[in-house]
This record gives sequence, C-alpha cells and structure tokens, in this order.
Amino acid sequence: MSAPVYNFAYLDEQTKRMIRRAILKAIAIPGYQVPFASREMPMPYGWGTGGVQVTASILGPDDTLKVIDQGSDDTTNAVSIRKFFVKTAGVETTTRTEDATVIQTRHRIPETALTENQVLVYQVPIPEPLRFLEPRETETRRMHALSEYGLMHVKLYEDIARHGHIATTYAYPVEVGGRYVMDPSPIPKFDNPKLSDSAALQLFGAGREKRIYAIPPYTKVKSLDFEDHPFEPYRHDAACELCGATHSYLDEVITDDKGGRMFVCSDTDFCEQRRAEGHAHVPDQNEAVHG
Amino acid sequence: MNNLSPFAAHPREGGGPEVKKQDLDSRFRGNERSMDPAYESQAAFRALMDCTARPGELRKLRGVSAPAPFAPATAALIQSLADYETPLWLDAAFAAEKKVADWIRFHCGAPIVREPGEAAFALIADAAAMPPLAQFSQGTAEYPDRSTTLLVQIESFAGTPFTLRGPGIKASREFAASPLPADFAVRMKENRALFPRGVDLVLVAGNDIAALPRSVAVEAR
Repeated sequence: MSAPVYNFAYLDEQTKRMIRRAILKAIAIPGYQVPFASREMPMPYGWGTGGVQVTASILGPDDTLKVIDQGSDDTTNAVSIRKFFVKTAGVETTTRTEDATVIQTRHRIPETALTENQVLVYQVPIPEPLRFLEPRETETRRMHALSEYGLMHVKLYEDIARHGHIATTYAYPVEVGGRYVMDPSPIPKFDNPKLSDSAALQLFGAGREKRIYAIPPYTKVKSLDFEDHPFEPYRHDAACELCGATHSYLDEVITDDKGGRMFVCSDTDFCEQRRAEGHAHVPDQNEAVHG
Repeated sequence: MNNLSPFAAHPREGGGPEVKKQDLDSRFRGNERSMDPAYESQAAFRALMDCTARPGELRKLRGVSAPAPFAPATAALIQSLADYETPLWLDAAFAAEKKVADWIRFHCGAPIVREPGEAAFALIADAAAMPPLAQFSQGTAEYPDRSTTLLVQIESFAGTPFTLRGPGIKASREFAASPLPADFAVRMKENRALFPRGVDLVLVAGNDIAALPRSVAVEAR
C-alpha cells in the first residue's frame, strides 16, 4: 500500500467521536453554538471546512450524498466536495434532491421539500449572529446566556429607520424554539420559512469559527421582525426563463456586456426536473424586453 | 476481530458500493466482541443522532457483547462515543463489577470518576434507583453543552406510559419505558425547566435505544 490511504471519510476516529459528541449536544440544545476542536482540512477555510467535517462525521457507507453551492450541483465548490467524499468514503452521490440522504449545502435550501430520512448540512462562515454588533466572544456568550437579544432588534430597527424596511436580505437572524437567536448561514431570506417545522434534521458547521449548531426536525424557527414590519421573504418579480417557475428562488444572470440579463432558478436540480416534466418559460406580453 | 480493514471499501482498494454493502452484512452476525471502528461506530452514532433528533423514537443497534451489566447497545454507544476526553461515572451496579472498568479502560481509555458531576457520560444499570438528575453536571448558562449524558438501562420500552412534546416531535408522541423511578416525569420536568442547562438521557433496553434530550417535555399519562 504505497498510495496514501485515508480512514473512512478522511477524519480519524477520535476526531469523529469529538464532532459526533458536539452534534448530539447541538441537537439537544436547538440553536446553541457548540464549540468543537475544528481540524485543518485539505481545503481552505471558506470552502466549507465546517460542513465537510460535519458531513464526514455523520456519513456512512450506505448514504447518498448531494452537495450544492448556491443551489447549484455543478459549481467548483460543490464538485470538489462531492469528489472529496467519493475519494475518501466511496459513497454514492446524486444531484437529485429526493435521492439524497445527506445534503451538504452552501447558502441555499433545496426547493424540493425535504423528508424525515434526510439530513441537511450547512456550511457556515460566521456562526455568531451578534458578532457584527458585539465583537467580544465573552460578551456575545453572556448575551445568549441571558437571552439578551435587544441589540439585534435595534439593528433591524435601524434598517427600518434608514431604508423604510428591514434591509437584511440574507443570513437573516432567526429565533429557534423560542430560545436562541441563530444565524441561519447566508441563505437568502426567501429560504427562512423552510427552516421552520422541517421534516429533516438540519446541522450547521463553521470550520474557521469552530462551532456546530442544529435545528431538530419539527422545531419552530421564527425570523425576527416587528408587529408593524412583519418578516417578508423576497424573490425577484419574474419567472425562471428556463422552466417558467414563479415560486422558486431566482438568480440574475448577466448574459452580455450590453445590459442583457435573465432570471433562472438558483436550484439547478429543481429547474432540470421541471424542464424534464415539460415546463417551459412562456414570455409575458407585459414583460420588459431585456437588452 | 476481522481481517477486513476499514479501507476495503475504498475505491482505490478495488471496493465499491456493492462490494462494500455485502462485506458489511457478511461480517457481522449478532453482537460482536468488539466493533469495526469506522463503520460500526458510525452506525451506532447515526442511530443515536436520529433518536436525539426525534425524542422517543426507537432504533435498534447492532450491539457489542461486554461484561454484565452492560446491555449490548450501551457497550456499542460507549465504544463509539467515549474516549480519553470523556470521564465516565458508573452507578453501583456497574461499579460492583471489576470487569466493567477493565473493559472500559481497554476499549475506550476513558477515565472513570467518582463524582457524577464530573462525568461526560453516566452509566446506569439500575434505572429505578437512579440518582437525582441534579447530581450530574448541568452545564453552565454560558456553556450548557458541558453537561452529563446519562445512559440508562431499562428492561423494555413498555410499561409506564408518557406523552412527549418538544423539538423533533410533530405534535406529540406516545412513549413507554420501565422500570423507571416513580417520579420520573417530575424529574424530567425539573430538568426541562433548567433549559438550556440540564442533562440528556439515552434509554437502552438490550439492543434498542431511545433518547430524551433536555429539550423534551415529558408528561405522565
């Protein structure tokens, strides 16, 4: 055996035990960030080292893995992580949401509703929702201990004072199970309602910041808001130009250097399946002509 | 233990998904003396993860045979989760058997502590006589994760009926377990009141497990 070999799913067993213990605590205390001894991974911070460590610790030989980056199965980040687990764990992979048992995601929740047999693993850059308001870890930890979240509401209020509405569009803070305020990772706020009462277990891993947290299935997750400024998910007022979907999250894609652009589903698997079913874009008479 | 290395399933070693699944099935018959460190501990952990995410739901583990009073599933969970970082506390029934401590030291290298408050995991064989939950580490307000997880061995998931509510449970779930202390629901209520502090429980009956994390509300029916 001259070629380098890895333990199953790359991490050594002691590391997996440590991460697994952190995951169990995270599930028992929904929304609380459990510190863990994050390892250096063979990819840079910011590429999903937290998500990769969580996935490596839960993955078994019978799992089918799907990896998405901003909804897409075929971007560099998603392809690299998928290849990493094919190489180190030999697991089957898929791009179809309903065929996956473990889905690692960067910044999206799939459009297809998840089931009880699935686990969604988020890659998290900055797990602490209060970090930009209070830089000291000792202070944010105490604020969580005392449920002292007034500062977060002040931040949302300042949004309203400046812009007339809550201008936070992604990483929109949520309250989990009526206790902890949590950063849902930089998912668009369009996805926030899907965090609540999900049939699937949701795990969050932040490698650089060394935190793991979780939302168990069927847990109430509330996006923070005010009575007179209720939370509203945002989506571009358009239909997908490939599949015609009017209820999916859309990416704006620049198509040339003359102002040409198109809106397409951010979830590539969802869009492909709709097109396979025969859905197509029907141009609207009133729609502005692009370019 | 067996002559298949964890790498047998590795694509570069000529393994593949089909070969791998067949290997896993043919290698294990009943409860083993020890476990494959990579695959078996993953299976035990994953079952416990599912149970913790869905309090009161039962999962069957492929157990590990260990000295009495170890239940096969308790031994499997301890082997997959405990190591030199996790002090263990043993109740009187576990502590009375010298072989238990030897088995733990040999297989996990976990220190055994006298004070329940210092333990990461507590092993309880005599469920009806389990000590008050407050004797174990409850974590702190800042670090509620620094608490004890209790592995409580019972006879069966039948008998005293409870209703469970909370995260992981759609509406409510019927649950039963025995033997347990007569005031078990009261103890769990006090534990729930401490949230986010408190202890997490894993109940074990033979090869079956169920979890009652601190987030669950337990009501006697």
